[in-house]
Amino acid sequence: MKFAVVVNEGPYTHQASDSAYQFTKAVLAKGHEVFRVFFYHDGVNNGSRLTVPPQDERNVQKNWTELGEEHKLDLVVCIAAAQRRGILDANEAKRQGKDADNIAPGFRISGLGQLIEAGIQSDRLVIFGD
Amino acid sequence: MATDEEPGSGGGVEAKKFLYVNRRAPYGTIYALESLEVVLIGAAFEQDVTLAFFDDGVFQLTKGQDTKALGVKNFSPTYNALGDYEVTKLYVEKESLSERGLTVNDLMAITYEDEDDDWAEKPSIHLVSRSELADIMAEQDVILSF
Repeated sequence: MKFAVVVNEGPYTHQASDSAYQFTKAVLAKGHEVFRVFFYHDGVNNGSRLTVPPQDERNVQKNWTELGEEHKLDLVVCIAAAQRRGILDANEAKRQGKDADNIAPGFRISGLGQLIEAGIQSDRLVIFGD
Repeated sequence: MATDEEPGSGGGVEAKKFLYVNRRAPYGTIYALESLEVVLIGAAFEQDVTLAFFDDGVFQLTKGQDTKALGVKNFSPTYNALGDYEVTKLYVEKESLSERGLTVNDLMAITYEDEDDDWAEKPSIHLVSRSELADIMAEQDVILSF
């Protein structure tokens, strides 16, 4: 089966991102496909490379980046939600006249159309939120 | 595979039934506004779209919203534009209204123009019971809840 996963909350404050991560791993372990992982609302904050969580805790961003690399996942951060919350890639930073960018490796910024497309192309779309 | 597909094509597949669940009040959190943004963008993909409002989500449709003192944008007029985006099915749960002391008269009169009926203006809002809403949900292909 083809799954799409949506993450609607940021790292640490809610369990949504952890639950989505564990679910995505389980789906892949069962041999299913994950078409896209889409980050919306505060979920875009999972895509910041500037987090420095305590050493004895899991690193939520690195979890996603590494899982993404291992399974060639399409980790998409919504541009509208990202702009509101200050998650930028180099192009966006330049376009918006900001002096820095902060997107984490393995994530890409794109439009809400990617969420709709994921719903159309997948057999199941599963949302993790509050 | 990272691709940005063109809207409207749907990859040549039959339109899917998309349901947007709205359970939150309009201004205390961002979910209502950002959910509406998905609906508007999603309209370009020509799928079969329904919106459901229950729990505190029914407050999103109340008339007379005035947010000036909050310094927050009043986005309630956007619901009136949904008809132009061919989003014409807004289901509001009866139990959620009565549990909050609201009736259909407290809601905005949201309408659409039916192109198959000489552009006659028709109401987009339909009141449904909690159990009817469960039946509607069972028919959907994709349920988006924010």
